[in-house]
Amino acid sequence: MSIRVGEAATAPDFPVAAKKLVSNAQIRQNVRRATDVIRNKRARVVEEVEDWEQLRQAGHEIKEHVLRHLDFYLQQFEAACTRAGGVVHWASDADEANRIIVDLVRAQEATEVIKVKTMTSDEIRLNPALQAAGITPYETDLADLIVQLGEDQPSHIVVPALHRNRMEIRRIFSEKMNLPELGYRPEDLTDAARAYLREKFLRVPVAISGGNFAIAETGSVCVVESEGNARMCLSLPRVLITLVGIEKIIPRFRDLEVFLQLLPRSATGERMNPYNSIWTGVSPGSGPREFHVVLLDNGRTNVLADDLSRETLDCIRCGACLNACPVYRQTGGHAYGSVYAGPIGAILTPQLQAMQHSHSLPYASSLCGACYEVCPVKINIPEILVHLRGRVVEENHAPLLEKLAMKAAGYVLETPERLSLAQKAIRIAQVPFTHDGVIRRLPGMLAGWTSVRDLAPVPKQSFREWWAKRQKEPRL
Amino acid sequence: MHISLFITCYNDTLFPRTGRAVVAVLERLGHTVEFRQAQTCCGQMHYNTGYQAEAMPLMRHFLEVFRDDETICIPSSSCVAMIRDHYPKMAAASDDPAVSRAVDKLLPRVFEFSELLVDKLGVTDVGAFFPHSVTLHPSCHSLRSLHLGDKPERLLKEVRGLTLIDLPEATECCGFGGTFAIKNVEVSAAMLSDKLRCVLGTRAEICTAADNSCLMHIAGGLSRQRTGIRCLHLAEILASTEAGEVS
Repeated sequence: MSIRVGEAATAPDFPVAAKKLVSNAQIRQNVRRATDVIRNKRARVVEEVEDWEQLRQAGHEIKEHVLRHLDFYLQQFEAACTRAGGVVHWASDADEANRIIVDLVRAQEATEVIKVKTMTSDEIRLNPALQAAGITPYETDLADLIVQLGEDQPSHIVVPALHRNRMEIRRIFSEKMNLPELGYRPEDLTDAARAYLREKFLRVPVAISGGNFAIAETGSVCVVESEGNARMCLSLPRVLITLVGIEKIIPRFRDLEVFLQLLPRSATGERMNPYNSIWTGVSPGSGPREFHVVLLDNGRTNVLADDLSRETLDCIRCGACLNACPVYRQTGGHAYGSVYAGPIGAILTPQLQAMQHSHSLPYASSLCGACYEVCPVKINIPEILVHLRGRVVEENHAPLLEKLAMKAAGYVLETPERLSLAQKAIRIAQVPFTHDGVIRRLPGMLAGWTSVRDLAPVPKQSFREWWAKRQKEPRL
Repeated sequence: MHISLFITCYNDTLFPRTGRAVVAVLERLGHTVEFRQAQTCCGQMHYNTGYQAEAMPLMRHFLEVFRDDETICIPSSSCVAMIRDHYPKMAAASDDPAVSRAVDKLLPRVFEFSELLVDKLGVTDVGAFFPHSVTLHPSCHSLRSLHLGDKPERLLKEVRGLTLIDLPEATECCGFGGTFAIKNVEVSAAMLSDKLRCVLGTRAEICTAADNSCLMHIAGGLSRQRTGIRCLHLAEILASTEAGEVS
C-alpha cells in the first residue's frame, strides 16, 4: 500500500513551517482579510436559518449512518452508476488511483486533460503522475489555476489561492499567460482567465473532476461551485473521470436537501452555490460519452477503524473550521504540510497516514473550540485532536523530554504531599531567575514561554499553606 | 450552604490570591467553605497533551477526594471543562463501572465560580466595590465548553465603582492552550499579540477572566510590553470592597 497525502510524509513539522509563515507579513495580511470576509458572510447567512442546529444534527447523523454502512452504500452506488452507463473503478491507494486515471487518459490517446474541483487529486499527487506519463493537466478552477500557474501549493480547502492578493495574481497571470499589458482590476483578471480557459474547455477531450457528493440510490455525482468552470468540464469533454473519496457517499437524492443548505452557507457564505451540477452516468447526445468514477480509499479505512475519531470522515470540505481557527488565521494553510489545512487537516492528514507521519499536526491547535462551533456536520475536532495526541504519545512519537516532564508532573500531582514539596522547590528554584519581582528568562523547555512573555514568580505562600494556617488560627 | 473548593493545582501554586478571593466572596455571602487538603489536580494538562494514561490516576484521586461533597466550586473554566467534557470519556475508557458511577454522581455537583454564584446561589450583586475600568476576556472554555454566556458580565455589572468596557474580538482565543504556548510558541505569540492589541485598545486598567490560565498568558504579554495593565481573576474583583482588594 502506498498511502500518500500530498507531500505530508516529508513536510516539516508544523511549528517549523509556522515560524516562517508567521514572519511573512504579506501572507498573514492576505489570509486575515480573506478569512474575515468569509467568516462574516457565513455568520450572516447561518443566522438567518432558523433550524440551523437541526440541519447540523441531520448532516451529522446522515454521515454517521453512511460510515456505519459504507460497504452497503458503496456497492449500491456502484450498481446504480453502472446501470446509468458509468464505469466504477476502485483504488485502494494513491498509486492505484493514479494508474487507473493515467490508463483511462491514455486509452483516449489524449496528451492533455482539464481538471476541476479535485483536492483529492492533490492528495494522491495526480498531476506529477500525469506529467510523468506525458499528459499535461490544466487546472480550470480559478483559484487552482492561480496556484498551478504560480507553481504554488493550495492553502485552503475551498479557496486554494486565499494566500494571494490581487496584485500577486496579476503578476502571475501577466507572466504565465504572456500578457504584459494586463490590468489589475478584478474584471481584467477574470477576462484573462476566461480567455485562457475557454480555449482549453473547447479543445481538451478529457476532464478530471472531484465530487462533493456521490449518491448511492441513483449513482449520481454532485459538484457545487461558483464559477461555472466545473460545469464546462463536466459537460464539454468527450470523457469525464471523477475521483471521489469513499466517504463522499450519501444514501439518497433527498439527502442533498440537508447538505446543499449546509455546504454553501458554511463554505462561502452563500445561500446557494451559483452552479450545482448533478449528473447520472451518461446521456446519449448530451455531455460526455464516457463517464468513469474512481472510488478512492487511500487511508480512509484507517480512519474508519478508530471509532473515537472516525467522524473525521463526516467532513464535507466546507473550510468553515479554517476560517474560524485562530491558528490557521495566523499561518495560512502552508504550515500544515498537506493539501488538507486547518483544524480538519490537523486531524485528517495524520489519520489517513495511519499515524505514521505528521505527528505535530494534532498539536497545532490551542483547543479553543471555534472549529467545532462552526462545523456544519458537528465534527468534534478538539476532542479528536486530543484523542490523536493520545495516539501520538501511545505510539511513542512524543519528544523524550516532554515525556519525562509529563511523567514527573504526574508523579508530583498524585499526592498533596508531593505537590506541597514541589511548590516549595519551585519557590527556591525560581530565585536566580527572578529580578525585580518578574521572571523574564527561563532555561530549557520553559524558555519557549519567556521568549515572548514574562512570568510572575510563584508567590511565597500557596493557597493550601494559607488555608492550613487559617484553620489553626482562632476564629471569631 | 456548605461549599467545597477545588482551587486547582494551578491557582494553588501560582494564584493563591484567587483562592482567597473565592473564600472571601462565599463567606461574605454567608456560606461555609471547605478546602480538602488531599486535593491535587484534575489532570487537564496531561489529558490535553496526550498523556491520558497519566491523567487517569489524577481523575481517580479527584473522585475520591470529592466523593461526599454536595457542592464543589472551581474558579477555573478549563478545569471544569476537563471534568465535564472528558471525565465521562475517561471513565468509559477505564472499563470500571464504579468509576463511571462516581463520575455520573460528580458532574451535577461541580460548578464553575460564576455558575455557582448566578445559577446555584442566585446572586449577581455580591457586595463588591472596585473603582476601576475593566475589560473581560470571556475565555474559550467559558464560552464554548461551559457556555457561561453573560454570567461573568452580570456579576461585574453589579460591582460598584466598576466601569466595564467591551473587549473587541472578545471570542478569539488568546493563544495559551496549555502546552500549546510552548510547543507552538510562534503561533501562540501571534495570537497573543492580537489579543493584546484588543485589550490595549479598550484603555481599561484591568483585564479579567474566569480563567487564570488565559490571564497568565495575557498578563505575561502585557508585562513584557511594559503596558502597566494588570490582569485579575473575576473572583478577585468580586472580593474587593471599600476596604480594598484581597491581600
